[in-house]
Amino acid sequence: MSPDLDFALAARQANNEEDNLSSRRRLSVRACLSSAAAGFVLFAILLFLVLPILIIFPMSFGSASYLEFPPRGLTLNWYQHYLSDPEWRAATLFSVKIAIATTFSATVIGTLAAIAFARGRFPGKSLFQALTLSPMIIPHIVIAVAVFIAFSPLNLSGNFLGFLIAHTMLAVPYVVLTVVAALQRFDTTLELAAMNCGAGRIRAFFSVVLPNIRVGVASGAVFAFLASFDEATVAFFLSGVEGKTITRKMFEDIDFNLTPVIAAVSVVLTVTSLIVMGALHLFNRDRTSAHR
Amino acid sequence: MTKPMKIRSLTGRAAAPMPNGLSARQYPLGLSLLLIAPLFLLLGFGFIYPVGRLLGQSFFAPELGLDNYRRLLETSLYLRVLIRTITVAFVVMSASLAIGYPVALAMARLRRDLSSLVMACVLLPLWTSALVRSYAWIVILQRRGLVNDVLSGLGLISEPLKLLYTEGAVILAMTHVLVPFMILPIYGALRAIPPDLVQAARNLGADRVNVFIRILLPLSLPGVFAGCLMTFILALGFYVTPALVGGPSSLLMATLIGQQTTETLDWGFAGALSTVLLLVTLLIVILFRKVLSHSRGISNVA
Repeated sequence: MSPDLDFALAARQANNEEDNLSSRRRLSVRACLSSAAAGFVLFAILLFLVLPILIIFPMSFGSASYLEFPPRGLTLNWYQHYLSDPEWRAATLFSVKIAIATTFSATVIGTLAAIAFARGRFPGKSLFQALTLSPMIIPHIVIAVAVFIAFSPLNLSGNFLGFLIAHTMLAVPYVVLTVVAALQRFDTTLELAAMNCGAGRIRAFFSVVLPNIRVGVASGAVFAFLASFDEATVAFFLSGVEGKTITRKMFEDIDFNLTPVIAAVSVVLTVTSLIVMGALHLFNRDRTSAHR
Repeated sequence: MTKPMKIRSLTGRAAAPMPNGLSARQYPLGLSLLLIAPLFLLLGFGFIYPVGRLLGQSFFAPELGLDNYRRLLETSLYLRVLIRTITVAFVVMSASLAIGYPVALAMARLRRDLSSLVMACVLLPLWTSALVRSYAWIVILQRRGLVNDVLSGLGLISEPLKLLYTEGAVILAMTHVLVPFMILPIYGALRAIPPDLVQAARNLGADRVNVFIRILLPLSLPGVFAGCLMTFILALGFYVTPALVGGPSSLLMATLIGQQTTETLDWGFAGALSTVLLLVTLLIVILFRKVLSHSRGISNVA
């Protein structure tokens, strides 16, 4: 090999390496740019998700009587309005009563049914399972109108019992789903062991099965509470002059009487949801760490 | 409990075998039916009876026949509302996918602390009532709202724009309400992809784009389909947001059914509209299931 060729080869190699290096640098610059762009897009989307909810908080403390953002002065006026208005108070109390009763009935009925779905054998089981979940798929407007038309002649519209039935029906699928999932993770050998040690079905359920599916039952209960408390469509149609939920009252006021009181009520609704979900989160975390 | 008692009950249980050779893991028929009975009564009275009655009424009120359906099909207004409802639901689904996929991808691929932050931003709207979120959009879009304030403050407009009570407002607010239902299933599908696959592809020389196109995207498709199905059917029957944010020019099926029920009191026609909406929803569900089983078949072959 001639030295000339050697030199030429070495030069080409160096050239190549330089090329490689610069292209890699270019690539990394491009990668940086693209990840910066991706970060920006992500940030914009997250802002879109969160901002509309966050603006409610400063608005509820604004002093102007029309909607103003950002607020000029701070006041608790709208919260005081909310708390002193007998209509808002009655609506809030009515909603809370319905939500608590719905949580209880949906959790009991849903848990019993979930056990039958997960462990029992009966004819038409899969059909019945599909039927149980269908209130989640069928448009809520259809359910709302149907319940309103069917319940009105039975004196079940605008009162506690009618709401309890309708909201329990809407909330039960959440309980069934979470409890069935928990039961599928549960090791049935434990239950068999309890029964071999002399426990009956009922005793085995309360002292072995239930503590093990506690997280599923609690999640179902929380979803049931929110499914009732935040529910607006059925509540809109089923509410009467006397029995009116907080969501129906809010619906009316948004349409006819748009004041910052609604912002205060929105904050109350949102904070309630966050507290309930936060409590569930803590409960589940405690539970899993205790397990370890 | 004393020791002898335990032993006695133990032997007592062993002496009585389970009937029909069923394992104790499975509950007997009678007990199963007893457990399911409360739910059966609840659904029968609170769901099947009302919905059946509403749908039945479309054939009987005001008189026996298909008059309600004829009226629906012959009036161009109602047909337009039906088509608009499907179109709006489709646009909301597509917008949710475009917005939701990047978020789901970020949640699945980012560092743990960042991903929890993104997750919190997704869950906050999910846990907030749709009513509250619709109200927030009214505040943002109304004549003296946030958007008009900012635009006129910048001197871009002299007259406030009419943003509220339009179809655009309905689509925007509905997308905001429904996008978490798109993000969570996609996130679930992405999380289920074993990280080894991505690592293997990187080792074989695939760059980020290739990893995404050849591995993450195809394997997340079941989540995409589930999310699309959820947002589409929820958008079809959504009442609260269109009723508050939309106007007469953006009437949707749900608002129309509501009007027929409470204002015109034409319950037979409300039943007919509900039947049509229900049929469209079921059709969409069947269609999606077909597509889903089809795509599963493909990925099994590949």
